Amino acid sequence: MSFLTYLINGLSLGSIYAIIALGYTMVYGIAKMLNFAHGDFIMVGCYIIFSVSAALSGNSLVGIILAVILCTLLGITTEFVAYRPLRGAASPLAVLITAIGVSYFLENVALLIFGADIKSFTSVIKWEGLSFAGGALKIQGVTVVTIVISVVILIALQLFINKTKQGQAMLAVAEDKGAATLMGINVNKTIMLTFAIGSALAAVAGALLCSAYPSLSPYTGAMPGIKAFVAAVLGGIGSIPGAMIGGLVLGIVEILSKTYISSQLSDAIVFGILVVVLLVKPTGILGKVIQEKV
Amino acid sequence: MKIDKKTKSNLITYGIVVAAFILFTALASTGNLSSHMKGLLVPMTYYAVIAVALNLCVGILGELSIGHCGFMCIGAFTSAFFSKATAEILPSGIRFFLAFLIGIAFAALFGFLIGIPVLRLKGDYLAIVTLAFGEIIKNILNAFYIGLDKSGIHFSLKNAMELGLDESGEVIVNGAMGITGTPHDSTFTIGIVVLLISLFVVLNLINSRDGRAIMAIRDNYIAAESTGINVTGYKMMAFTISAAIAGAAGVLFSHNITTLTATSQYFGYNASIMILVYVVLGGIGNIRGSVIAACILYLLPELLRGFSNYRMLIYSIVLIVMMIVNWSPKIIEWRKRTLGKFDFRKNSGKEIA
Amino acid sequence: MKKFSKVISALMASVLVASALVGCTDAASTETTDSQAQSAQESQGSADNGATFKIGAIGPLTGGAAAYGNAVCNAAELAVEDINAAGGINGYKVEYSKEDDELNAEKSVNAYNTLKDWGMQILVGSTTSACSIAVSEYTKADNMFQLTPSGSAVDCVKYDNVFRVCFSDPNQGIASAQYISDHNLATKVGIIYDSSDVYSTGIYQKFVDESAGKNYEIVSQEAFTADNATDFSVQLQKAKDAGADLVFLPIYYQAASLILTQANTMGYAPTFFGVDGMDGILTVENFDTKLAEGVMLLTPFAADAKDDLTVNFVKKYEEKYGETPNQFAADAYDAVFIIKQAIEAKNATPDMSISDLGDALKGAMTEIEASGLTSSKMTWDASGEPNKEPKAVVIKDGAYVSAE
Repeated sequence: MSFLTYLINGLSLGSIYAIIALGYTMVYGIAKMLNFAHGDFIMVGCYIIFSVSAALSGNSLVGIILAVILCTLLGITTEFVAYRPLRGAASPLAVLITAIGVSYFLENVALLIFGADIKSFTSVIKWEGLSFAGGALKIQGVTVVTIVISVVILIALQLFINKTKQGQAMLAVAEDKGAATLMGINVNKTIMLTFAIGSALAAVAGALLCSAYPSLSPYTGAMPGIKAFVAAVLGGIGSIPGAMIGGLVLGIVEILSKTYISSQLSDAIVFGILVVVLLVKPTGILGKVIQEKV
Repeated sequence: MKIDKKTKSNLITYGIVVAAFILFTALASTGNLSSHMKGLLVPMTYYAVIAVALNLCVGILGELSIGHCGFMCIGAFTSAFFSKATAEILPSGIRFFLAFLIGIAFAALFGFLIGIPVLRLKGDYLAIVTLAFGEIIKNILNAFYIGLDKSGIHFSLKNAMELGLDESGEVIVNGAMGITGTPHDSTFTIGIVVLLISLFVVLNLINSRDGRAIMAIRDNYIAAESTGINVTGYKMMAFTISAAIAGAAGVLFSHNITTLTATSQYFGYNASIMILVYVVLGGIGNIRGSVIAACILYLLPELLRGFSNYRMLIYSIVLIVMMIVNWSPKIIEWRKRTLGKFDFRKNSGKEIA
Repeated sequence: MKKFSKVISALMASVLVASALVGCTDAASTETTDSQAQSAQESQGSADNGATFKIGAIGPLTGGAAAYGNAVCNAAELAVEDINAAGGINGYKVEYSKEDDELNAEKSVNAYNTLKDWGMQILVGSTTSACSIAVSEYTKADNMFQLTPSGSAVDCVKYDNVFRVCFSDPNQGIASAQYISDHNLATKVGIIYDSSDVYSTGIYQKFVDESAGKNYEIVSQEAFTADNATDFSVQLQKAKDAGADLVFLPIYYQAASLILTQANTMGYAPTFFGVDGMDGILTVENFDTKLAEGVMLLTPFAADAKDDLTVNFVKKYEEKYGETPNQFAADAYDAVFIIKQAIEAKNATPDMSISDLGDALKGAMTEIEASGLTSSKMTWDASGEPNKEPKAVVIKDGAYVSAE
């Protein structure tokens, strides 16, 4: 029974990693860039929801919608100002460094506006959750909602990419930018759309992250962002179902290693398992099996 | 005697370092250097050293590592442990020299061991595994307890109480509290010497047969392999040397600051990425650039102290702008077009602006 | 073309180096060296009576620990303003400057050097332990008087010129174990601590040491790290499974607020027992204080205490910085007033050299008896440790109530 409890805890944490990883992998798979600022987009989304909820005395729905819109705009702007000029630079590392600059920028702007002290976030999910075996096993509402939303996003993204023209364009851009241009695809527009979707997903992920772990500071997004990046790689770069699976696996492994091995060394164990997985499957869990690339 | 182009370029690099050394020493001895600047000199040298090490890995070997501070961490901890344990036994000069050997040796050993699995991977997968190793090193050191008493060395991975030290015992590595009271041995002169040695090692490697093999692997690994180059061997060699140099930077680090803790701000992925910023901004594969970029980027937030709360914000903006100006294909093109028309005086004016 | 771009890059590099150097020499010429600064001050001090005491503060103003650094630096600033408004120290005004160290010992030393160039004579800082230890190496060399408001590790005060306002880590571990045992608060104790943090592991180790032979048993000791400080379900579940009726939290309030929330979600309600880092939990914006009901903590400061000093301080701090001050702020505010008292005790003047001032204040510290926000009676011995009583409080209806 206690194993099941820990497994469910792992699922809760994993579902959060998964939903962040979905947004991460969008940008990562198509623009082929590590957007280190993705975690900070999440943080921006959280602050927007927090501020709007406070202003409207607890109405979080408006906050979420506004956060999605503003994060989308922020994503598009960032792409246009900071990332686009570096497209086609001599090294792909150039844009990575710029992303780090953007990350510092967002963190420090948030620090100046909202201050360093943490704020407690009111969950946007009011539902208590599911209860089994006479209350001995509980699954939190936010976990259920996160998993449902993750699956919905997963299916929607798969459909979008495989069935629509823009989605096909994304695949083409991911495959070969030059060839895509020759095929009449507007690469800039396609990548901008990718960023728009990725940033919108960041806002949604932020709402769920802060609902599950209600502590908000300018650095809230940094660590989950890195963990989501790890999850995306673990699942296989560019694979959308891979990101989802990678996130869940990471969460469950983290909780179980804390439980059964050592809470002090859990970071080392989690990263150790990542190393082992990549040595056995050098392109991640779903890296090769799924041929399509986002 | 005719000096070829590469030797000349290398000499310029050494020359810049030596000139900077003479300049700063002169300024310091004549009392023209503020305490703030004096304090920055040693950190500048070890960040330059680790930037050189990372450039060997990223620029010459062509493998992205975002866990290089892990090697710095190993060099720092092993050498600080040695220095603290022998603080009363050995005279400082010999002790510091041995500390260097130990720090470098351990960092190289770990570079070698970690290189075996890491170098089998490619691209971003390799990068994430280096990040993973950096974090593992940091996490394990945080749970590391070593004590010393009459009966010898005691060791625990849980807490200091488990060491079971007797009264004469002293906890040397105390988990998250790390090592405190490492002798303050690093000086600007030693830092410069270490930097020169690192430059000498790396530049000679690049211009040697081995270096050409390593760069051949970077440029096209299949072609390199088909010409009979031992790909794994050369990759391991470059990675281990890079780790060893990072270890040397760690030794300077731990003997400059008397408290050593394995926390993210020194050895986490964020710190490793900062070093990567130095390398990329200085020019990937350009060793001289790394040294200069490391110094400038380390100085920048310090020189911005006057802006108080806006300091890091300005730093981030400067970083983004510098990246775009230096790397954007369009701006490079534009720069070449417009600057080409004018004479040099205007160029330099432009660069200053 | 290739050659040309090389020329450009070489030019750029040299220009950058040159500009960096210009920056250095600028800094050197405007700020002057320490020896010059000292002599300049001395002459200034004797020349006119406009001389001032220069107090500097260091703390993490950016980065993950910025909340603590800002609390310290803001409160010190407020204290200096209050002192100047009341006529200064012995008639001399006080000047104040703060520097960021990003929770990095190396940057903390840089910050110290910057402040020294500015002319600092007395240091309030650094805010955090590791930084404070690193800086003390340099204040020792300069024999500058250093009073750390919140550097709680043992080694922070290992030099004779360094004193502290807060309790030391072992001190808190011992006091907590003693208190839990004396008041029969528990039979089984669980601990959740931050294994990547100096403060937390320091208290934790001493607490475990001290618990041997007490009337309770430690049934679970679980750690988390700074990189892993969001999910506490495992640590809580383990404490619950082990039957802990009290959970000891030697951690800061940020993580504690998450722990309380998660314990509530899983329906686990032991007594939570915190130390001074827990202070601040009630002021977290939007935090549901019902979750903290019944939490006990040992803290020297309570923002809702009713004495005039606290009420005034909290009011002014909230007006000026828009936040409720926590224990860090209180320690720093006290620190500046303790310095004032020490200066007055020795009739020290700003024209004394840094080292003479340091000697004078060192002597004064063991003689004075200070009273402030964090204790009505504080004395020091030469080791640098404060003697003051920790107060145990319990949270009732969203406010601290004395637990006695």
